[in-house]
Amino acid sequence: MIAHVVIWPILLPLVSAIVLMFFWNQSKVQRYITVAGHGISLLASFWLALRTYSGDIITLNSGSWPAPYGIVFVADALSGTLVLLASLAAFCVSLFSVVSIGTGRASFGFFPILQFLLMGLNGSFLAGDIFNLYVWFEVIIISSFVLITLGSERAQLEGAIKYVTMNLLASIIFLTGIAILYGLLGSLNLADLSVKIAQSDDKGLINTAAILLLVGFGIKSAIFPMYFWLPASYHTPPAAVSAIFGGLLTKVGVYALIRVFSLLFIDDPFIRSTFIVLAVSSMIIGAMGALVQQNIRKIFSFLIISHIGFMIAGLGMFSTLAVIGMVFYLFHDIIVKTNAFMISGLIFKLRGSFRLENLGGLYNRYPYLSIMFALAMFSLVGTPPLSGFWPKLFLLKASFNELNWWIIGGIIAASFLTLIAVIKIWLSVFWRKHPNYVEAKKRIVWYDLPKIQKFTILLPIAILTVVSLYIGLNAAKIVEICQLIAEQITQPSLYIDAVLSNPENQP
Amino acid sequence: MEILLAITIGLLYAAGIFLILRRSMVRLIIGLILLGNGANLLIFLLGRISKGKPPIIPEDSKVFLDAYADPIPQALILTAIVISFGLQAYAIILVKRAYRVVKTDDIEEMITTDEI
Repeated sequence: MIAHVVIWPILLPLVSAIVLMFFWNQSKVQRYITVAGHGISLLASFWLALRTYSGDIITLNSGSWPAPYGIVFVADALSGTLVLLASLAAFCVSLFSVVSIGTGRASFGFFPILQFLLMGLNGSFLAGDIFNLYVWFEVIIISSFVLITLGSERAQLEGAIKYVTMNLLASIIFLTGIAILYGLLGSLNLADLSVKIAQSDDKGLINTAAILLLVGFGIKSAIFPMYFWLPASYHTPPAAVSAIFGGLLTKVGVYALIRVFSLLFIDDPFIRSTFIVLAVSSMIIGAMGALVQQNIRKIFSFLIISHIGFMIAGLGMFSTLAVIGMVFYLFHDIIVKTNAFMISGLIFKLRGSFRLENLGGLYNRYPYLSIMFALAMFSLVGTPPLSGFWPKLFLLKASFNELNWWIIGGIIAASFLTLIAVIKIWLSVFWRKHPNYVEAKKRIVWYDLPKIQKFTILLPIAILTVVSLYIGLNAAKIVEICQLIAEQITQPSLYIDAVLSNPENQP
Repeated sequence: MEILLAITIGLLYAAGIFLILRRSMVRLIIGLILLGNGANLLIFLLGRISKGKPPIIPEDSKVFLDAYADPIPQALILTAIVISFGLQAYAIILVKRAYRVVKTDDIEEMITTDEI
């Protein structure tokens, strides 16, 4: 019975989504239910995360079918933390969307779809079966397709064509990889596959499957050279949707890469060096792309690509230190990217534009808000003691241990370029005098909002900023969790034992 | 039979990738459909083809007497077909909607979101 804690983070969003469907045209009621539903999911995932920190790997055999045959849900410390952070980000985004999403979008099912998206995210973090992982990916992408096109503005549709094509292609490539693995080894269970791959001597086909999975997940996580769809689409939907996409969707790809390449395809020097090349290219090219953009959300989109590179670099080195840095960066990035996109939405509400040339004077008008923004921005850059600093420290230390100059150079250059991009935002949005204030004033909706609505928009940004500060100032605690995760990731036998020798398996 | 299926799968993948690389949105969708079907057939083929061997134990015995057909690939394909059906229906509607708004079938002209 105790293992049922694993399934709650998947079931609760589903239940909320179904309840929301009953209130299809009552967007006011939907808004309350959404926040309540996300709140309950957050509590459930908090409970799950706390249980995984004891070092146990909790598994649930669905339908009580013993492990390699049935579908297994597995929660180790990595999955637990990611479920917690996904629920936290989704909770904040739902608070943000209560005010920022209009009745038009709400009456076409925005809120239920948001719940389905969270269900897909939690499901893919907890799946212990590679085909099940594929199904959860499909749940995520179909929800995200609806969210990205809801509203049918021209830019949204153009962005969606690229987004939909690349995601469908990624799914097909992923499915091809699964087909090859199943045909070769006759199993879909991740733990069982791990055992069988270690015994198999058909390295050629296994490496083919590995590369197919790398490309499939690589498209989803937007690593170089498969990232072009991301900056073409992430700035088109409303800010709340960009926030959950930017914070979580690419990270699912990274999670799948971590899971598959730590459990299944271990220690292949070719794949490791491929990761390092891809990582360094993503870091540099993403950050350079961010420099030339004029739209705040496009700057953040390119920064996503750059920062995905940091995590992939950790996967390329794969020492204990590197894994600690990688998962720490993953946690930090979910919080900070969600926050960054929500801040861009708030800037839009305050000033009526996403473009740098139309913005300015925020610091003069809203000094306290600007300080909160500054905290979020500097943690994006990685200024000590904010949350972005510690994982970079671990990654740098790991790359110095190996004397891998490519990664050292990449991390330093990408951090520096990120700093320049953020300074650019800071200068033109906050410090500069507003260029055409009178003209822009017509489009500003902020002044007309009632106080309670202003509070609901500011609250999620404040929550995430505080979480980011907490991660930064209480890094020792987070590093302890990351050490536990690194231990579980670098020793796949722990995961395999937990799944295959689950006492429930014995009849 | 295996050879024939393998050639079909190869053709489906090749045609799908060729169509995806065209500039027309309609061909893009058809390409994705072909690729999806290719992947489904690949699972089918890699689950080993066996004829007339249902995975059912005969009534007068306790174990399988012979090699039997693997039922899992069929379950996988069924799932994958349903999923890809939904996604393709969505993609077709999207293309139609985009055609109405942007007034072109040419992907090269949809570059406003790529501008700085």
